[in-house]
Amino acid sequence: MNILGLYNYWIVVILILIGFYIVIAHENLIKKLVGLTIFQTAVFFFYISVGKIKGATAPILNDSLQVYSNPLPHCLILTAIVVGISTTALGLALVVRIQEAYGSIEEHELHAQDNNDQLESQLEAYGTRKQFNIMKRT
Amino acid sequence: MVATALAIVCLDDLFAVVMLAGIYSLLSACFFVDLDAVDVAFTEASVGAGISTLLMLASLKLVKRYEDKSRYKPLLALGVVTVTGALLIYGTLDMPHFGDPGAPVHHHVADRYIEKSMGEIGVPNIVTSILAAYRGYDTLGETCVIFTAGIGVMSLLMVSRRTREESRKKVPADMSQQVILRIVAKMMIPFILIFALYVQFHGDYGPGGGFQAGVIFAAGIILYTMLFGLGVAQKVFSPEVIKLLTAFGVLVYAGVGMTCIFLGGNFLDYNVLAHDPVHGQHLGILLIELGVGTTVAAVMTTIFFEFTWRTVKHRYK
Repeated sequence: MNILGLYNYWIVVILILIGFYIVIAHENLIKKLVGLTIFQTAVFFFYISVGKIKGATAPILNDSLQVYSNPLPHCLILTAIVVGISTTALGLALVVRIQEAYGSIEEHELHAQDNNDQLESQLEAYGTRKQFNIMKRT
Repeated sequence: MVATALAIVCLDDLFAVVMLAGIYSLLSACFFVDLDAVDVAFTEASVGAGISTLLMLASLKLVKRYEDKSRYKPLLALGVVTVTGALLIYGTLDMPHFGDPGAPVHHHVADRYIEKSMGEIGVPNIVTSILAAYRGYDTLGETCVIFTAGIGVMSLLMVSRRTREESRKKVPADMSQQVILRIVAKMMIPFILIFALYVQFHGDYGPGGGFQAGVIFAAGIILYTMLFGLGVAQKVFSPEVIKLLTAFGVLVYAGVGMTCIFLGGNFLDYNVLAHDPVHGQHLGILLIELGVGTTVAAVMTTIFFEFTWRTVKHRYK
């Protein structure tokens, strides 16, 4: 069995991994969204390359042509792309609101602010002023 | 393409990252053409390279330009990624070869679509007949998703009426000094809009359809907005009307489905729309593509307007 005939899947895997890596390793939210887009495009490639037939043409019927590529994945991906952009836009809108609320879009800064807020509100509710100052120092 | 993706990993200038993402989309559109998926390539070129880059740039204007890399820990992530990659590659070993006509994916419904769609639907572009007729439910659902995303962006970014009215007079176009750009754009915009309509109505015979046409139409409006300012653009394309159109598109689509029920068929069964089933299919596809195009164009324009208003609000706060 000739393994090289599987090269299209390997390209897809490499692209998926790059996207995945960006999503988990980077802290910046916009960069994460770009990573998700790359991941998404890799999945599109997977579908389209599965639908390709050697020597075939685009699936638009014509009397002089005999072999067409599989039109079903094309149709699925076509709609997926447009849905993808609208979800990306929703993500960007969330990022913009996060930036306004926190003044940052780096994940660790968001976590730090969240923890700080939680600590302060808990101490306000249960602790004394002295404890609060001690906690703040540590 | 892999090189572009790798460059995206390494750069910390978000502006460059967004630009590279646009290039990446354009390259992938070229690949889609090579893989015979002309409709998909069309969509990817207009959506990925056009609108998505624009939206990313608009939101970049509201956040910091550079990424903070102080807490960047690549080792653990690299480990996870390698393991996943190894598993995925192992999984591909059983897959059919690239371009193999005997692969299972080509032997269930695909054959039937290719052989019978001309007789049943009468539309040469098989992708359109699957999209609009065979899988009409699916496309209705996707149109609803786009509509919902539009509403989501509106509710997240809606700015107050007062800001709008105060700044309406004050917002100058950033590029009002660029005479050449303005004149060239003025000449091009009618052609962009006509091309969008051509793509919309020619989708039955060549690559194209509601999704692509909607995005191209929105691109024309966005170009106008960028060059002549938000205030002027919103006089021409009133935001209230556009918001109504967002819902109108979905309603047209679902309305065609309901009409089919009232005429005695199933939901989205276009055969009953005219005396001849094939004519009925033609009419149905034309109408629902119109609905899809309207929704997509209106949602994309609304999203762009909301992002731009946000920048305006920040500038004049």
